[in-house]
Amino acid sequence: MKKQYFINANIIDPYNSMNENGGLIISEDGKIEAIGKKVNINNLPSREKPIDLKGKYVFPGLVDMRVFVGEPGYEYKENFRTLSNAALSGGVTSVVTMPNTDPVIDNVSIVDFLKRRGRDKSKINIFPCASLTKNTEGTNMTEFGLLQNKGIIAFTDGVKTIQNPRLMSRIMNSAKDLGSLIMQHAEDYELAKNGMINSGIIASKLGLSGIPEIAERILIERDLTLLEKVKCRYHISQLSSQKSVEVIKSRKEIVKFTCGVSVNNLSLNENDIGDFKTFLKLSPPLRREEDRLALVQGLKDDLIDVIVSDHKPEDEESKRLTFAQAATGASGIETLLSLSLELYHNGSLKLETIIKALTSNPAKILKINKGNLSIGNDADLCIVDIDKPWIVKKDKLISKSKNTSIEDKKLQGKVTNTFVKGKELFKL
Amino acid sequence: MAIKTNQAIKISQKHLLGIQDLSINDVNLILDEANSFIKVNQSKNKKVDVLRGKTQINLFFEPSTRTQSSFELAGKRLGADVMSMNISNSAIKKGETLIDTAMTLNAMHPDIIVIRHQDSGACNLLSQKVNCAVLNAGDGRREHPTQALLDALTIITRKKKIQGLKIAICGDILHSRVARSNIYLLSMLGAEVNIIAPTNLMPKEIEKFGVNTFTDMKKGLKDCDIVMMLRLQNERMTSSYLSSNREYYEYYGLTPDKLEHAKSDALIMHPGPMNRGIEIDTMLADDINKSVIKEQVELGVAVRMACLKIFCT
Repeated sequence: MKKQYFINANIIDPYNSMNENGGLIISEDGKIEAIGKKVNINNLPSREKPIDLKGKYVFPGLVDMRVFVGEPGYEYKENFRTLSNAALSGGVTSVVTMPNTDPVIDNVSIVDFLKRRGRDKSKINIFPCASLTKNTEGTNMTEFGLLQNKGIIAFTDGVKTIQNPRLMSRIMNSAKDLGSLIMQHAEDYELAKNGMINSGIIASKLGLSGIPEIAERILIERDLTLLEKVKCRYHISQLSSQKSVEVIKSRKEIVKFTCGVSVNNLSLNENDIGDFKTFLKLSPPLRREEDRLALVQGLKDDLIDVIVSDHKPEDEESKRLTFAQAATGASGIETLLSLSLELYHNGSLKLETIIKALTSNPAKILKINKGNLSIGNDADLCIVDIDKPWIVKKDKLISKSKNTSIEDKKLQGKVTNTFVKGKELFKL
Repeated sequence: MAIKTNQAIKISQKHLLGIQDLSINDVNLILDEANSFIKVNQSKNKKVDVLRGKTQINLFFEPSTRTQSSFELAGKRLGADVMSMNISNSAIKKGETLIDTAMTLNAMHPDIIVIRHQDSGACNLLSQKVNCAVLNAGDGRREHPTQALLDALTIITRKKKIQGLKIAICGDILHSRVARSNIYLLSMLGAEVNIIAPTNLMPKEIEKFGVNTFTDMKKGLKDCDIVMMLRLQNERMTSSYLSSNREYYEYYGLTPDKLEHAKSDALIMHPGPMNRGIEIDTMLADDINKSVIKEQVELGVAVRMACLKIFCT
């Protein structure tokens, strides 16, 4: 690989507290050789022709902590190749994959398969999760230690929740002993039973059963109470309500934990469901505008650490049904950054806050050396035209599944180039 | 009587999916038309030929006696060719999706499809996929527009107006599409609506629909002109909403002593089927001076004829 020179970029690298106009040199072996304002046209070798980025932004490659891939079992929804291409077009260079496949990622032998497929078919960095319990049944723990040794990054039942408090406390004990990261999808099944959307006026109007915010809060409160006794690495996958943010705020002083939020819950609310749009059947559900605003504020106040896409590819057939029968989830990895940037363009959040939640914060929680532009590291990065307007069209999506939650939405800001290990793998 | 509208006014909707979508003109148009069919249904020759050559398909995914037979009869009296699909023998049982069923039926060029489905919004989905008009005969717990319209017609026939009346809707509001459609319609027509139910059977934030809510039946019935009782939908109750039927009857069953809190000339309504001795005292249900339950069924046919005629032509 030839050495690559870029100048005149707005570089934001929250990990290194860098927010400046400057240049970037990628070495022959795909590492960051130099970066920042000291890299400019005056101190580059004169024979080299640097690429002038004309004020475009350079961010570390995004780290998406909640991604569903169809391999194994649901390849028709998404495979590693289609996922990589979709991710790259959205500036995502590292993903944490959920274990809800068929079979479930719950034993050592299947991890070998997964790693091999990831290595052979994927162009981005895959960090697979294994399930907390066998077959995500919520009864027997998986082998955290052995799975970790095989390269499992964290443990979660993905779309499912550990309901049994005794099991949860034992999981926490094991996680503490082995230094494992556990991630909980917080939802009390009994309170959320049959629920499809947020409990409230919209649910009453549409005649759909509701999922009350308390179903989330009660689970978070339970886990954080357990966590007071056992200090393990604990992460709440997604918050969705104002009340949950309040709980987080009151507990941050007492126990150590982290939490995330889906870009869907930051950008949309229950009114967007309109006339039974099944593409907006999400878990956790979209809630009131007050909840959305509280989540944005939570990011601003450093209470929420991570923004995820909650990328859940579903084929058309599982969405062209009545709301009750339709599958839950939306495809979103390729619009994660652009949709997050809406919060910058409308003045809700600072650009650094957003980028931090998409790069250095998830990397820190996962303890991986990604999501930064430190010298000597892999050049995983994206170049972004931050003002470029575009419209989301499901037919233009790269992901194998077209179930976007934001069809026809007008966005501002698009990834123009994405690099993994110094190689340009996406170009608009 | 409903306000006489100009016959030139056309219905604003292609489909009848819910009262929510209708304007006051639409409602008056339907009620006027229905009113004219009441006589037809009472006469010796009940057949009119306005839908001759039209095809009506009844697609009932849930069991139904009165609504299905009412729609079937209405279509036949208007001269349409009516086909009622028997879901238990159909491809639905073989795993066909609603959309595929719709596409199949659509290829047979029906002029109108009447659908009842256990899922809220099923009729909306169907209406997006077929070329003909879709009439909602009840979707999940969302809407049952023809029931509300026939209730309104019954009230108008007896009380000569709806504007200014105080109407109580009592019972299992949570699972009731009838309640929702009636709340929209009766509020639109100027009634004051009281909703009476135990909290466990009250939909969340229902007060935002512009109704008064009561957990105490006697207070909710005070000075009401109409008492509309709803069926306890045991088949939709998956977990403990109530302790027992006898306790429910004690607190929310319509009995003569509770009815005393309503106006002395208050009318009793029920969309049927009734659970006698659970939500309503059996004597009251049959009291010809107070109960208009049979009239509701009778006018149901007229309302459905009106809807079929208006949405089919």
